[in-house]
Amino acid sequence: MLTRRAATGGIAAVAAVALAAVAACSSSSSSSSSSSPAASASSSSSSSNPLSQGGASGTVVVGSANFPENELLAEIYIQALQAKGIKVTPKLNIGSREVYYPQIQKGTISIIPEYNGTLLTVAVDPTSTAKTTTEVDAALAAKLPSTLEVLNPASATDSDSVTVTAATAAKDHLKSIADLKPYAASMVFGGPPEFKTRSDGLAGLKTNYGLTFKGFDPLDESGPITLAALTDGKVQAADVFTTTPQIISDKLVTLADPKFNFAAQNVIPLVYKPAMNSTITSTLNAVSAKLTTAALLQMDAAVILQHANYSTVAAGFLKAQGLS
Amino acid sequence: MSFFTYAWDWVTQSANWHGSGSIPQQILAQLGYSALPLLIAAVIGIPAGVAIGHTGRGAVLVVNLANGWRAIPTLGLLVLLVVYLGFSILTWLLPLVVLAIPPILVNAYEGVAGVDPGVRDAAKGAGMTSWQQVTRVEVPIALPLILVGLRTSAIFVVATATLAAYIGLGGLGRFIVDGLDSYQYGPVAGGALLVVILAVLVLAFFAGLSRLVVPAGLRKQGKTE
Amino acid sequence: MSWTWISTNGALIWQLTREQIYIGVLPPLIGLVISLPLGVLAVRWRWFYPPTLTAVNVIYAIPALALFTALIPALGLSDTNVIVALTAYSLCIIVPNVVAGLRGVPAAARQAATAMGYGPLRRLVTVELPLAVPVIMGGLRVAMVSSISLASIGQLIGVSSLGYLFIDGEQRAFPTEIYVGLILIIAIALACDLILVGVRRALTPWVARL
Repeated sequence: MLTRRAATGGIAAVAAVALAAVAACSSSSSSSSSSSPAASASSSSSSSNPLSQGGASGTVVVGSANFPENELLAEIYIQALQAKGIKVTPKLNIGSREVYYPQIQKGTISIIPEYNGTLLTVAVDPTSTAKTTTEVDAALAAKLPSTLEVLNPASATDSDSVTVTAATAAKDHLKSIADLKPYAASMVFGGPPEFKTRSDGLAGLKTNYGLTFKGFDPLDESGPITLAALTDGKVQAADVFTTTPQIISDKLVTLADPKFNFAAQNVIPLVYKPAMNSTITSTLNAVSAKLTTAALLQMDAAVILQHANYSTVAAGFLKAQGLS
Repeated sequence: MSFFTYAWDWVTQSANWHGSGSIPQQILAQLGYSALPLLIAAVIGIPAGVAIGHTGRGAVLVVNLANGWRAIPTLGLLVLLVVYLGFSILTWLLPLVVLAIPPILVNAYEGVAGVDPGVRDAAKGAGMTSWQQVTRVEVPIALPLILVGLRTSAIFVVATATLAAYIGLGGLGRFIVDGLDSYQYGPVAGGALLVVILAVLVLAFFAGLSRLVVPAGLRKQGKTE
Repeated sequence: MSWTWISTNGALIWQLTREQIYIGVLPPLIGLVISLPLGVLAVRWRWFYPPTLTAVNVIYAIPALALFTALIPALGLSDTNVIVALTAYSLCIIVPNVVAGLRGVPAAARQAATAMGYGPLRRLVTVELPLAVPVIMGGLRVAMVSSISLASIGQLIGVSSLGYLFIDGEQRAFPTEIYVGLILIIAIALACDLILVGVRRALTPWVARL
């Protein structure tokens, strides 16, 4: 009798675990993106037949990098596209460019919000000397792989910078990066790990402004660690991205860059050509037309400082701009 | 190019062995980030586990700990401390110590609690005080298991020390994180390979330590499987 | 702790939980299926076990992020990548337990089975494995709990799970998200552990309830 009851109990337990796993995997949206790159590439190209212009076609995959502003931008793209009846699969927080760039080249991702300057110098052409928006976009058009293209740039920019605390700026009378020359040797610079090796990172600061810092601390992507290190004095200057809301709340000072060490970094959609059609591109261009730096900064403050939901803030922006 | 080709090419470049942030420097840092939490965890976990095993009080806690500790996501604890403490050595130390204690404590407890009751009675009968029972009989017998606990924690800590790089510290994780962020597979593969080699060395270290420290008679006992 | 955030993000939390369960629970189960034949082989052919054990210890020492990254060229940014890596870790835990469990079967039981005319396969399936269940189950429990917890690191290569709450919570300095992630992952792991304890009790009614 014990055996029979135990057996039934055992079967029930195993069934429970199995059911949970099946329920989880059948309703998991991520299972749809585990198709091989080849399969998804061919399915997107067949659904973006140039003859089927203007209508919703197939599903596009909108990805984002793993930081709040990029997720916000992706959310804006997603909702704008959905408002036009296009089916969207989100694949957010993929990771850094090294991780998602090969994926969009293959077409596993169709759209990702990018920044034209860093896209150019990091992934496309590290030797590029393009500086202004026009130069950068032209270089991208020329040098991007054949499967990729960038759409219209927004006026919103989010650039790397050299930023100091208000106290440091006051003490050393700092207004532009050039003013750092006498002080750099006694300063430790903090920034994202890649700042050490990128052409517009430490090397660029040396070439353009003659700066050699005492040391470099690899921190994070203009996040809490970098900000804490700067405000606590562990580093005396840092690469704080220009739409980081804490620049205002922590009263930080971003130094001017008269020699264009940092190229233009406009927000721009990077897309996988075979997955595009005219509805998608016109929708994204309409979004870019309304995206200003001020709007972006305000939205960043909402999601980062006030912890508002990305989707809510995105929806608010689109509604205010008449894009939803 | 395979993972190993990338790793080998990068590790054999002599430039990576010199200057600031070099391989030897980061290996030392990795060991430092691992040794400190391990030491603290041992200082807390071994006496606690031995005490619980000897007195039998609090055994319920240990059983729950044994199952529960692996459920705690390291990444979660780490980021929680980052949010509260920012860029500080405590941000690293606290989660690692918390996660390194359970294997040490649980194994120390099982080692002492598993001492043959006959041996325990004999010790009492020979007039040993509690302290003498613990130090002269129970701990020596429990030594193999205590070392297993230390070894488990050590491997875990050395491998997890890779995450230190995410909060701005050094260590071998620095190569992985920096490589990921600057589009270079060499350091990523090389860093990972070095961590594995380090972990294997730690394993070997504990095997050797066990040979040195555990009395021959007990070692023979342990071998009969 | 922001209860508003929790109440307005129920759907997101539920989706991330389902994903965590999917990529966390599947690997130990697959690992069990692979470990059983591997363990049996290791017991049958003694020379097979030491290299297996070394391989298993080395794989277990590879940091999760490094293993995920190494698999990207082959498996991309997919759930499969994380599941394969976590299955490898599960093997590392379960195989030694299968071996220990089978070796721990009393010789008397094996001899009795042979005396009753059981062939080696029947003896394995009806006598040795059932007797080895407590030890094997011990390994499965550890693998299950570790896997569910480690699955969150998959978020670092974009494989969605509750780990998203850690990354986003850190970047926005938003502890609520981190707490929710921690509590849910621990709860899922402990719940699965309890289920496995129930399964073990059901499969071994002859063992005294501890």
